[in-house]
Amino acid sequence: MVLPLAFFYISLFLGRYALDPLIVMRILLSKIIPIHPNWDATAEAIVMQIRLPRTILAACVGAGLSISGAAYQGMFRNPLVSTDILGVSSAAGFGAALAILVSGNDLEIQLFSFLFGLAGVALTYLIARVYKTTPVLMLVLSGIVVAAFFSALISAVKYVADPDNKLPAVTYWLLGSFSGSSYRKLATVIPLISLGTAGLLLVRWRLNVLSMGEEEARSLGVKAELLKGIIIVSTTVITAAAVSVSGLVGWVGLVIPHVGRMIVGPDHKTLLPATLAIGAAYLILIDILARTLTAQEIPVGILTAVIGAPFFAYLLRRTKGGWR
Amino acid sequence: MEPRIQLRDACFRYDEHEIFNDLNLDLYPGEVLCILGPNGCGKTTLLRCLSGALKLNKGKAQLNGKDIASFDIIELAKKVGFLFQEHATLFPFSALEVVRMGRTPYLGLFGSPSAKDTELAEKALDKVGMLHIKHKPYTQISGGERQLILLARTLAQEPEVILLDEPTSHLDFKNQALSLRTINKLSEHNISMVMTTHNPNHALLFPDTVAMMSGGKFIASGQTMDVVTEDNLRKTYGIEVKLFSVPDPDGKGTFKFCSPWF
Repeated sequence: MVLPLAFFYISLFLGRYALDPLIVMRILLSKIIPIHPNWDATAEAIVMQIRLPRTILAACVGAGLSISGAAYQGMFRNPLVSTDILGVSSAAGFGAALAILVSGNDLEIQLFSFLFGLAGVALTYLIARVYKTTPVLMLVLSGIVVAAFFSALISAVKYVADPDNKLPAVTYWLLGSFSGSSYRKLATVIPLISLGTAGLLLVRWRLNVLSMGEEEARSLGVKAELLKGIIIVSTTVITAAAVSVSGLVGWVGLVIPHVGRMIVGPDHKTLLPATLAIGAAYLILIDILARTLTAQEIPVGILTAVIGAPFFAYLLRRTKGGWR
Repeated sequence: MEPRIQLRDACFRYDEHEIFNDLNLDLYPGEVLCILGPNGCGKTTLLRCLSGALKLNKGKAQLNGKDIASFDIIELAKKVGFLFQEHATLFPFSALEVVRMGRTPYLGLFGSPSAKDTELAEKALDKVGMLHIKHKPYTQISGGERQLILLARTLAQEPEVILLDEPTSHLDFKNQALSLRTINKLSEHNISMVMTTHNPNHALLFPDTVAMMSGGKFIASGQTMDVVTEDNLRKTYGIEVKLFSVPDPDGKGTFKFCSPWF
C-alpha cells in the first residue's frame, strides 16, 4: 500500500521539468488547506494539469490490467495467460487505429477503441459457445483467432494510412503512452475500471474454486458459466477502458500477478487486492522511467515489454514452469 | 426405509455410441456400493450421471425420490460429493484452503468461508487423519495425502452421498489401504458411498454391496459375498479368476480374496 503512494508522489516532482518535492507537497496541500502560493504558476500547472492526471491514469491502468491478468490466470488455469487472451487488446487497438484514420479526434479514438474492445470479446465468446457452454479451451482458441483477425485489420489500417501524419499517429498510439492524459480521460475511464474491479473483487474467493477446474467447481455447486461470465465481462470492461486511454501496454497483466503470488501466495482472496497495489505502483514507476530516461519520451508499451520479458524469463527459470 | 439413490432402467449414450443400458440399483443410507468392472465398461459415466454432470437418455436416477437432473447444482452439491480420479494440481493452495472449498455450496456468490466454515474444514481434515498437514502446500504433498485431502473436501460439503471414481488408482499399496480404511470408516457416519474400482479385492474389503459391470450392463449385483464369485468374475473380466477363502484371524468369519489364475 505504501509503495504506490510513494511512487505516486515521486512521479509528481520528477520529469523533464524537475520540481522541489516540498513545493509539490505545498501545491497539493494548497488545494485542501489555504497556503500562500510562493511558487510560480508554471510549477502549479505542471503538477495539477499534467503530472497529477497522468500519474492517476497510470495507476488506474496498472491496477486494472494487473487484477484482470490475475483473474484470467486463475480462470484459465494457465500462467501464460494475460488480459488480451480473448482478443480485447487487438480489437481495441483496431478501433483506435480506425478512429485515428477517419477523424483523429481524441474522444472518438477513445470511444471507438473501447467499443471495439467489447465487440472483439463478444465475438470470441460467441465463437467459443458450444452446447450452451463455453469451455475454457474453446475460449482460448477463439481468442487467438479473433486477436489474429484484428491484428490483420490493424495492419490494413496502417497500410492505407497516410505515411506523413496518420501512420506515425497510429503507430505511436499502439505503442502505448500516458502523455495525452487529462481529467476528461480520467473521468470517463475511472468509473469503468472501478466497476470491473469491483466485479472481480466480489467473486475473488470463488476464483479459487474455479481454478480447480470447471467440472470440479460444478460439483462444488459453482455455476461456472455465470462466474466465468462475470469475470470475462469485468476484465473486458477494465482492459478495453485501459487500452482506450493508454494504447497497448503489454506484459503488465502477465507479470504482475506472478509478482503478487510471490509476495502474498496463491489465494485469490488476498492476491487480487495485492495485484491492484503492485500494478498501480509498477505502471507509475514505468511512466516515470518513460519520462525521465531519455530526452524524448519513450512509449510505455516498449518499456513494459523490455522490462517485463526478461523478468518473466527469470520467473520461468526460477519456478521451472510451476506456480509459486 | 427409502433408498437414498435409486436407478431404474438407466440408459446413457453419446450420440449413437451406447455406454450403458438397463441399469437398476438401490443404495441405502450408510451403505457402500462398489462398482467393479474393467476399464471402459461405463463405470465413470454412471458416476457422472449420479453426480448430475450428465443426464440419462432413458430411465430414471433419483436422489431421495427426486430426479437428480432436476436438482439445482447448489442444492445437489450439498447432498452429493464427488471425488475425481483425474485431478490436475495447479496453484499451491494450502491443504486447508482446498478443504474449505468444500463449503462453497453454503456460501453466496460473493461470499468466502467464515470462521465456522474453517472449523468444519478442520474437522473434516481430522476425520481423514490429515489435520497435521493443513498448512502444507497442496502441490507438495504425496498422492495419497492429496487423495485424503480431496476426500476431506467432499466431507466438508456435508453430503449424504459420496461418489468416488477409482479412489485408489494412482496410489501405492500402503496409500490404497489407508484410503480404503478411511472410506470404510466414513460409511459409519451414515454417508452412502458409490465407489468404482477395477480391483475386485478392494470390493471384497467392503462387506456391503457390489455391482459387477461389463459392456455397459450389470453382470450381477447384490451383497458382496454372494455376488463376487469365480463365475461372475470370469464373466466381468473375461479371464480365469480364482477366489480364496481363509478364516479371519479374529475367528469371526472368513476373509475372501481373489487372484487371476494363469
